[in-house]
Amino acid sequence: MSTDTAAAATGSAAAAVRRKPPKSRGVIADGSTRRSRTVRYVLLLLFLLFVLIPVYVVLITSFKTSGDTTAASQWSLPKTWTLDPWRKAWDVLQPYMVRSLSLAIPAAIISSLIGSANGFVLARWRFPGANIVFAFILFGMFIPYQAVMLPLRTTFTTLDVTRGVPTLILAHCIYGIPICTLIFRNYYATIVPNEIIESARVDGAGLVQTYLRIILPLSMSGFVVTLIWQFTSVWNDFLFALFLTQQDNGPVTLGLAALSGGQKVDYAASMAGALITSLPTLIVYIVLGRWFIGGLMAGALKG
Amino acid sequence: MHGRIRTWGPGALVLLPTVLLLGYFVYGLIAWSFNTSLTDRHTARKGPASYVGFENYGHLFGEDRFLNSLKNLGVLTVAFIVGTLIFGLLWALLLEKGVPGESIFRSIYLFPMAISMIASGVVWGWLLNPSQGADARGLNRLFEILHLHFLENPWWTAGSRWTTMASIALPAVWQLSGYIMALFLAGFRGIPPELREAARVDGASEFKLYRHVLFPQLSPIALSALIILGHMSLKLFDLIYAITGPNQFRTEVPAIYMWNTLLRSDMAKSAAIAIVLLAVVAVLVIPYIAYTVRQENEE
Amino acid sequence: MRGGLSKTLALVGAAGLLAVSACGNSNSGGSGGNSSASKDVTVFTWWADGGEKAGLDGLVSVFSTACKDYKFVNSAVAGGAGSNAKQVLANDLQAGKPPSTFQAHAGAELKDYINAGQVDDVSQLYKDYGLDKAFPQNLIDNLTVGGKIYSIPANVHRANVVWANPTVLKKANLDATKAPASVDAWIADLTKLKAAGVAAPLALSKGFAQEMLVEAVLLADLGPDKFKGLWDGKTPWAGGDVTAALNKYKTLLTFTNSDREAIDWPDALGYVNSGKAGYTLMGDWVAAQQLADKIPDTAYTYWPAPGTSEAFQFLSDSFTLPTNGVDPDGAKCWLKTVGSAEGQKAFNTKKGSIPARSDANPADYPKYQQTAMADWKKDQIVPSCAHGAACTLGQNNDILSALSQFSGSPDVAKLQTALGAAMKTS
Repeated sequence: MSTDTAAAATGSAAAAVRRKPPKSRGVIADGSTRRSRTVRYVLLLLFLLFVLIPVYVVLITSFKTSGDTTAASQWSLPKTWTLDPWRKAWDVLQPYMVRSLSLAIPAAIISSLIGSANGFVLARWRFPGANIVFAFILFGMFIPYQAVMLPLRTTFTTLDVTRGVPTLILAHCIYGIPICTLIFRNYYATIVPNEIIESARVDGAGLVQTYLRIILPLSMSGFVVTLIWQFTSVWNDFLFALFLTQQDNGPVTLGLAALSGGQKVDYAASMAGALITSLPTLIVYIVLGRWFIGGLMAGALKG
Repeated sequence: MHGRIRTWGPGALVLLPTVLLLGYFVYGLIAWSFNTSLTDRHTARKGPASYVGFENYGHLFGEDRFLNSLKNLGVLTVAFIVGTLIFGLLWALLLEKGVPGESIFRSIYLFPMAISMIASGVVWGWLLNPSQGADARGLNRLFEILHLHFLENPWWTAGSRWTTMASIALPAVWQLSGYIMALFLAGFRGIPPELREAARVDGASEFKLYRHVLFPQLSPIALSALIILGHMSLKLFDLIYAITGPNQFRTEVPAIYMWNTLLRSDMAKSAAIAIVLLAVVAVLVIPYIAYTVRQENEE
Repeated sequence: MRGGLSKTLALVGAAGLLAVSACGNSNSGGSGGNSSASKDVTVFTWWADGGEKAGLDGLVSVFSTACKDYKFVNSAVAGGAGSNAKQVLANDLQAGKPPSTFQAHAGAELKDYINAGQVDDVSQLYKDYGLDKAFPQNLIDNLTVGGKIYSIPANVHRANVVWANPTVLKKANLDATKAPASVDAWIADLTKLKAAGVAAPLALSKGFAQEMLVEAVLLADLGPDKFKGLWDGKTPWAGGDVTAALNKYKTLLTFTNSDREAIDWPDALGYVNSGKAGYTLMGDWVAAQQLADKIPDTAYTYWPAPGTSEAFQFLSDSFTLPTNGVDPDGAKCWLKTVGSAEGQKAFNTKKGSIPARSDANPADYPKYQQTAMADWKKDQIVPSCAHGAACTLGQNNDILSALSQFSGSPDVAKLQTALGAAMKTS
């Protein structure tokens, strides 16, 4: 697989994971005895437990009454099940959730579109110095945002961008371009054979026609990858939110920090809040995940 | 000449907005921060500031608190990378040959990645409660229930820098091991079956097969994983903010220290911290980008 | 091919437009800081729940009748005696988007904002609203910087108070009604309690609670005058008396709960109420919390921290008039409400603090506040650093960092140096 960059891995790793294990495994004969399979299974289950332990305690706590969250009963099921923590958390987080949605969706779409156009040029419509431009863009993906945060805030204030959702969309669009460009560049490099582009060029098709007629129809899985990636990282972002927004116009991560940062923390409500905050990204992973991975594979095979 | 511009001109034009945007918002703003870090702008007051050269950097590196945050960052990065690589590789090895229900394991191992560091920090901050014995809470309580008393510990609140930062790394390992597993799993599946067959025909043992045939194939992936994890760890902010609060000496890293410095509106000093952080990331990433681009050229 | 080029240009233009204009200037959402919301008065506080929230609500109800033209917009940030809120606020001020008015501790903490040119002089409002006569002179002195006053106080709190559980103290036959005479006597009592089976007799929480405990020990050992000198530079931090006091603080830490870095003050108070601990030191907002939690009067006692009975360590929440605020008239109406007798009564009876005005009637207040109002009149007033009266936000941040380091690995010499260094910066 293409190993050139971090994000390449993101896209194509997902694809390759879905691939079936090599058929030619000499079945059990290759040293994989029944006992070793059992050991493997036990280990896998143990690790499953490790991953799920926090989920268990968060889930049960979110249904507890406030008197039931003492040290002694922390790991026991609720004495009485209640939805109050969920209601309380939802009341606090609801406006933040709306803002996060109205922010993550456009930011993901716009940066994906720009990334797709860039990726196409860098992979299949190259020009002298394209590599330098690529490196120039790539570096933007790795910078610690602290290094740009203060002047960024000043810039936005000077441009008089409305604080809140618009500032965050703008910031996530710009700083999301590198990774989207990267994913699309690797995607086009693997799925679109050069011959197709060449023959289109011979037929006199320009960049725009080639992009619209040939590339875009093949880009579905690429878009799923970048959209999921961008949606998740925009949704989960805290740093930009902290620096560029306030309580009354910030996204849900800010809301959750406020909900669970009080002096008298309501554990049940903050656990319910953590779950509510995580739901949209989890849904995206669950619903789109299969299609996203499978689609990428199909694209690769079609090429 | 004219013809060549016709061919590649449109491509360059498509990239132009991106180059301009990133030129300003990445490189321009970094230059701006660097410029601020060379001044004596130590308050929020607007107006002219004078240049003091690298004085702010000199002060930082003479400061116990900043050196502490750098050491914390180093230990955190090592603990996080080693932990994540071990779990990720182990899970990939366990799943590599295919087991019934593989997709379920895979999805569950992977799911913590979808959760924001703030949400997981809220949860883990609560799980990593330092109380022990009869008053134990969180994971210590679980150990108490399971009679695993020897596992109870004060987590990040006491003990050496290593135990402190390893406790902070634990939630991060929990979140990203699944991702590293996916990378390695993809690597294993990408190895042509013929290679395995050939090795087996040669009579290589299972151990030798992995050691000499499969693992070398994975080294590019391991490098990618290293870079991803490394730069993630260097930027880590949300998790520490949520678990320990922003003003905790024991767990302070430069990203957090910068936030604390901003509280007193010391622009020059916080810019200097940010630039040091950037320099650390750059040392890791620039050779990698150069290597990547050069390899592309050779292809 | 010519068509290709023009279409390319269109594509480029579209991408650029999308990136810049579509992202940037869509005016959806985000009302904060926008001048279109002219009649809103955004009030920034860290009063998000409990007695604090109740007090704020009381103030808001007075505001909504006194200032009918304006609408109160709550912009509260929860957490750690305002430490989270102050970070968020610093952020907004640096970005040039101040709220209509914001909460700040009266005293040195205001200096940060004054030096940065972020708050306006409100001396004229004192005259307009008659506040120069309503507030006691010693409070006004504490608020005055360079002949000007920059905020209007809503209340006065006392920081040096210990809350005790008589049932627990009985285990070691200790008299819960009387404070130990000194820190040493307190340590002796704590030793007895530990011997009687109370594992962690002194409940302590993270951050500013530890700072308050250090301050109480310093205040007891150095006496009020030298203690004040620590903050204005007249008393050296390097002195042997400071070393002795810090050593006592180190001893006190050995009597505290091991999870002190992970809990906030209501949890520590909970340890006292539940009988797990005998004492906790915390400001008198605890009184309101106990009322809100319906803890009966008989279940707890309180007295000034050992060795500090002559001193009233004060802190005061006050409101400012930010420079270039969106709607100064609305903010002024809020400030007028805050300073008014009616506003102070509505606020302080719920918040558990005492009014800053001297014309309040003690009979209107619950039991604890009545004694506090009497002490406020007779005791020597000393400031608190943990709550902004004695030091700036930056100094406070450095001190908190040094204390969290000390909590993990107690090294008195290191702490003493760090405290001295913190107070040297601005």
